[in-house]
Amino acid sequence: MATTLAKAADGADTTEYAARIEHVSKSFTGPAGPQLVLDDITLDVAPGEFVTLLGASGCGKSTLLNLVAGLDRPSAGTISTNGRPALMFQEHALFPWLTAGKNIELALRLRGVPKAERRGRAEELLELVRLKGAYGKRVHELSGGMRQRVAMARALAQDSQILLMDEPFAALDAITRDVLHDELTRIWRETGLSVLFVTHNVREAVRLAQRVVLLSSRPGRVAREWRVDIPQPRRIEDAPVAELSVEITEELRGEIRRHGQH
Amino acid sequence: MASTETKSDEAVKDTDGLGGLEAGLDALESSVAGRSSFGTTFRQKVLPPLIAFVIVLAAWQALITFKIVDDPTKLPSPSDVWNEVRNAWLQGTLLDYIWTSVSRGLLGFLFALVIGTPLGLLVARVRFVRAAIGPILSGLQSLPSVAWVPPAVIWLGLNNSMMYAVILLGAVPSIANGLVSGVDQVPPLFLRAGRTMGATGLRGTWHIVMPAALPGYLAGLKQGWAFSWRSLMAAEIIASSPDLGVGLGQLLENGRNASSMPMVFLAIFLILFVGIAIDLLIFSPVERWVLRSRGLLVKG
Repeated sequence: MATTLAKAADGADTTEYAARIEHVSKSFTGPAGPQLVLDDITLDVAPGEFVTLLGASGCGKSTLLNLVAGLDRPSAGTISTNGRPALMFQEHALFPWLTAGKNIELALRLRGVPKAERRGRAEELLELVRLKGAYGKRVHELSGGMRQRVAMARALAQDSQILLMDEPFAALDAITRDVLHDELTRIWRETGLSVLFVTHNVREAVRLAQRVVLLSSRPGRVAREWRVDIPQPRRIEDAPVAELSVEITEELRGEIRRHGQH
Repeated sequence: MASTETKSDEAVKDTDGLGGLEAGLDALESSVAGRSSFGTTFRQKVLPPLIAFVIVLAAWQALITFKIVDDPTKLPSPSDVWNEVRNAWLQGTLLDYIWTSVSRGLLGFLFALVIGTPLGLLVARVRFVRAAIGPILSGLQSLPSVAWVPPAVIWLGLNNSMMYAVILLGAVPSIANGLVSGVDQVPPLFLRAGRTMGATGLRGTWHIVMPAALPGYLAGLKQGWAFSWRSLMAAEIIASSPDLGVGLGQLLENGRNASSMPMVFLAIFLILFVGIAIDLLIFSPVERWVLRSRGLLVKG
């Protein structure tokens, strides 16, 4: 795993994608008949790539993430991933009947890591998210930021090639969120993971991603893409981040305005 | 994954101060919850029921002393009841009464647990089973278990199996229903998180659903015990036979036959005492431990 992922980061890998979304549509049956939520989405996430999915509410970005995670099936089109993706939610989703360490060990256990290795791996992962002493802590004893870091460690324990994140920092205060942005960037660069990150926060999208994908709303379609070449480490208040954010926000507002016209 | 060594090296060479910043945030935002001291626990938890007990005892004695109730066949004095306790203790029968009933009650409860748990899981997880027997199961809860005594006697005769049958019919629905409502209240987020981690089917039930439903399940067990105990007492009062040995229910019935009010009072107190003791010694500590470890116990 370590070697393939390292190669992936250099762009010399055998598999050409970590997740491939091809012509995917999704409709739900509502009270007013079937409602198209996602319309013909095609999107690749390269190994080691960091992509943010940006859109207003109702654009189906969380639906798309659920489809990639395998929690739901697309109505049309195909989704392929390299192994089972790991998924992080806006709520930490840690199990309150387990300690922080045991939460991570459960993920290890479910993917078949032998018992003798679990404790050590869990401690390593906690160290990776800089929560060295938190192994025996109960979930309610941790702050919001610490919970999301444990959740991140648990997601990493799944040893997936791609990490799906559904607005994981939206419920945190600005200072903690800023710190977790740095943390996520550091971990992404250290592990060579692919990340597909859903957000409605334009600055967050630009701060983190190599590529920002803007979805239109009702139905969700890929409206536009931007490559973000600003070198990491970036800060959310950096001028280039702000500049690109202004441009993307204009486009996003245009998308939203279209809905008011009919 | 990268090797551990590079990771710890980077953690040491943390020049951007991110680690320090995080440590600061973590320290600022975590709260340390301590446990209250023995003195406070005594004052807040032990003293109030003790005072209530003393007041009731004083009122009872007052009724006798001031001859408000002047008929020992209707209301025995506290000292009469105490003498009854002493006599039973000195004859060595007191613990026998208690053990006869408690061993029956606990064994019956364990049977009910073994049957009620898988039944509850089936009802909670399999839609067809829920539609088929869910309503009956919750309806059974409102049927007083004493109603089962006559048919149980006819089917099984006057013996221990009849007692167990009555306990089961009283306790199984409570335990199963407790588990069903526990499972229904499991946040969907936990199930989704479990599924992304590969916990589906039986593994999902074992690792996610059961532990998440534990608080509701425990509440069901607690109620199941209360129903077991009540059913058993009903069975013992109605179906007394010399072969069955004297449990608390029979003691009560014997007291009535002998028109011995102190014996009746003794039996009622012992039934109450056992019910409270089992709850206090077994269920409450387990329930408190589960809630505290999940951060659900709010200190008032």
